[in-house]
Amino acid sequence: MDATPATPARPVLEGPDIARMLTRIAHEIVERAKGAEDVVLLGIPTRGVFLARRLAAKLEEITGRAVPVGSLDITMYRDDLRLGPARTLARTDIPGDGIEGRVVLLVDDVLFSGRTIRAALDALNDIGRPRAVQLAVLVDRGHRELPIRADYVGKNLPTSLRETVKVQLAEEDGRDAVLLGVKQTTPAGER
Amino acid sequence: MKRHLISAADLSRDDAVLILDTAEEMARVADRPIKKLPTLRGRTVVNLFFEDSTRTRISFEAAAKRLSADVINFSAKGSSVSKGESLKDTALTLEAMGADAVVIRHHDSGAPHRLATSGWIGGSVINAGDGTHEHPTQALLDAFTMRRRLAGGEGDLNGRRITIVGDILHSRVARSNVHLLTTLGAEVTLVAPPTLVPVGVETWPCEVSYDLDAVVAKSDAVMMLRVQRERMNAAFFPTEREYARRYGLDGERMARMPGHAIVMHPGPMNRGMEITAEVADSPRCTAVEQVTNGVSIRMAVMYLLLGGNEPALSTPSTTSTTRTEENK
Amino acid sequence: MGKTLIRGAKVLGGEPQDVLIDGETIAEVGTGISAEGAEVIEAEGKILLPGLVDLHTHLREPGREDSETVLTGTKAAAVGGYTSVHAMANTFPVADTAGVVEQVWRLGKESGYCDVQPVGAVTVGLEGKKLAELGAMHDSAANVRVFSDDGKCVDDAVIMRRALEYVKAFDGVVAQHAQEPRLTEGAQMNEGIVSAELGLGGWPAVAEESIIARDVLLADHVGSRVHICHLSTAGSVEIVRWAKSRGIDVTAEVTPHHLLLTDELVRTYNPVYKVNPPLRTERDVMALREALADGTIDVVATDHAPHPHEDKDCEWGAAAMGMVGLETALSVIQHTMVDTGLIDWAQVADRMSFRPAAIGRLEGHGRPVSVGEPANLTLVDSAYRGAVDPAGFASRSRNTPYEGRELPGRVTHTFLRGRATVVDGKLA
Repeated sequence: MDATPATPARPVLEGPDIARMLTRIAHEIVERAKGAEDVVLLGIPTRGVFLARRLAAKLEEITGRAVPVGSLDITMYRDDLRLGPARTLARTDIPGDGIEGRVVLLVDDVLFSGRTIRAALDALNDIGRPRAVQLAVLVDRGHRELPIRADYVGKNLPTSLRETVKVQLAEEDGRDAVLLGVKQTTPAGER
Repeated sequence: MKRHLISAADLSRDDAVLILDTAEEMARVADRPIKKLPTLRGRTVVNLFFEDSTRTRISFEAAAKRLSADVINFSAKGSSVSKGESLKDTALTLEAMGADAVVIRHHDSGAPHRLATSGWIGGSVINAGDGTHEHPTQALLDAFTMRRRLAGGEGDLNGRRITIVGDILHSRVARSNVHLLTTLGAEVTLVAPPTLVPVGVETWPCEVSYDLDAVVAKSDAVMMLRVQRERMNAAFFPTEREYARRYGLDGERMARMPGHAIVMHPGPMNRGMEITAEVADSPRCTAVEQVTNGVSIRMAVMYLLLGGNEPALSTPSTTSTTRTEENK
Repeated sequence: MGKTLIRGAKVLGGEPQDVLIDGETIAEVGTGISAEGAEVIEAEGKILLPGLVDLHTHLREPGREDSETVLTGTKAAAVGGYTSVHAMANTFPVADTAGVVEQVWRLGKESGYCDVQPVGAVTVGLEGKKLAELGAMHDSAANVRVFSDDGKCVDDAVIMRRALEYVKAFDGVVAQHAQEPRLTEGAQMNEGIVSAELGLGGWPAVAEESIIARDVLLADHVGSRVHICHLSTAGSVEIVRWAKSRGIDVTAEVTPHHLLLTDELVRTYNPVYKVNPPLRTERDVMALREALADGTIDVVATDHAPHPHEDKDCEWGAAAMGMVGLETALSVIQHTMVDTGLIDWAQVADRMSFRPAAIGRLEGHGRPVSVGEPANLTLVDSAYRGAVDPAGFASRSRNTPYEGRELPGRVTHTFLRGRATVVDGKLA
């Protein structure tokens, strides 16, 4: 249901911007999580996983220690499953030492309504009991529908609901960019 | 995917691979402290069993419960069904109770097809074995087991050589496996005494051999089917001993299989008949693993049929996850 | 009863002629017959046939009046253009005594829509063990000439031999339901490619053919005639053809459904296609059509087998075998045999009236359309095309395999000894 933009989406962030933002976030994590010693990075598929891996690499650069990184598929915890055909699952991959008593840092590309993160918190609950859960996102575009906020944000991008935000990453899309577009039509009854 | 799972022939290659991939994810849930997902909360799954099969029923029941569905077990034994209530009236009752899916095991071939197409019920129908017709979830769990053991748990079974041995004529497991394994690219050979091969088998997409020794050495997997001793009385074969000698799998035959090859059995095993204890208990025999995998496969099937407002789409273009912009 | 003039009908599909019915008989056949004092039926373009005769009908009474009665069955027969039907013996109680056959015969008389000629059971209770009182049934008011355990095969070779011999005394005939019982235990459909896939118990052609082969040899040996019910396989055709070429006194029937439908339909698992003998393959269908055309198969018989809705509205294995056929038979024959050019209307009259009456030794049926003959007539609108709608059936049962299928031809009028039982396609 990604609405097709009427005009070609225009890049608002390019590859170097994204790299810079991730480096900054990595530094903030080290700073705020006291050396990131007990941090576990869990990316939310698809692009959150790539971002988590990139962050882990940067953290290793900074701290000289490998940081556990995994993925957390939230599909089966979504609140909108009945609104479309059954969805294909993505991989959930929890690092070997688990999440018990650790700081889990959820990583996603775009923070919007907050529903994905709500589902991720539920999913985590079934896997273990972290000491704390934090959230890092590349772009926060606003319009929250739940009381959720990010701990680390690459860029706050004020948008209207008519706009679309699309993150592209080299691992999946062949290049790094954040695209801002306009929805062709607003489906009837939406908000 | 179609709305019902009646026959393995209903599944395209993409459907089948999607189910196997989904089952891989479901299998990981079993390793967690909480082996339960909220996905089918509020859905009702009815296990409608007209034939005794505790093993299959509890596998479906465990699968549905791990997905948080409400499960109603309806056994024909000791119920109104044995007092002459028809399949139709039973179906109408289940419909009135709001069944989202009916898992049906029936002694008559075609009963699940009839249930799905008669308009008696609105939910999905999952065939848990009908007469001598099909048992598609068994074939799926067999394929899942083979894929894990022989193909690294990914993709299809292209080029794998699978031998199915035993009572092909009366086997719903064999029929479903021939469909599914060939859909997944495997080369299937059926081995049985000629009396236990159906007339008309020549149109099946597989080879038929009467000589087990001729094929074991070139099989990646050998699947032994349960052979009922009563068949002997209908002159399908002369004696148990002769059957075991010609078509049973013993240690000596197993030793001639390639090193990587596995022995499969849908259970329950007739030790000493189609399989010796030595083979049944060897690490190459996947019978117990198949049972475990059965739960994952059935979770996958129920999720893909009931997880949304319609069954999953399995065209290759939708196999990568897309999340709606609105729900980020 | 007054006079009726059927004007301009193609008698047996030939040149248009007028046929004047006076009372119970045909008074005049020709052109330009005066309509004075007669009710006129304009029949231009329509086909006039002798009233059809069915050698194989299940009327279900006594015992299964929930599926059909003699009254509803004979109404269905009239709608289908029949003026005489042979009522099979597998009722409850079985028609194996003079008492039961006389009861059926009397019910037929009372119905008034179609003559009912009871068939007597060959063995007591259709059990194949002990001959029924064949002579008593023949000597009864029902005057039984055709004997059959239909539904079951007289599989014991000695019993079959004795029955064939015994009925010679009164020019009877044994109509065999050819089905070797051991080869068909648990059988659900034709054994072949489709049964292998569907996992339904196979009904091999050889189960039919082996009995036919045995029975024609027995008939030859004891010098009797034998009739084969609902022949369904290409192999059976070859055996009957061989037997006839040897001069063996064998006759055979085929049902309309075996001339049209194949076992591919069973893939739906819809029990409306469940029938005994089972639907066979395309190759068999073609062989049966050819055999009916060349006379190897003598007659079309409906094997009209009514079943209540609940016996078909269920899973395949639990369903009853059989299809209703009286009201669609002529349409199916037109569709499969006439419109395909295999036979003409005169041959339809032969296969559906003259010969079945001759095999059953019926008097007053299967007679030519000529002066002085009983006015048993069927008028057919062969140009009609319409979808089969079971809701409109006169039969009490609806288990037709043709629901919604477009078939040609429609009986517009049926006359039983001069009295119209069907007028403009409706029961009179």
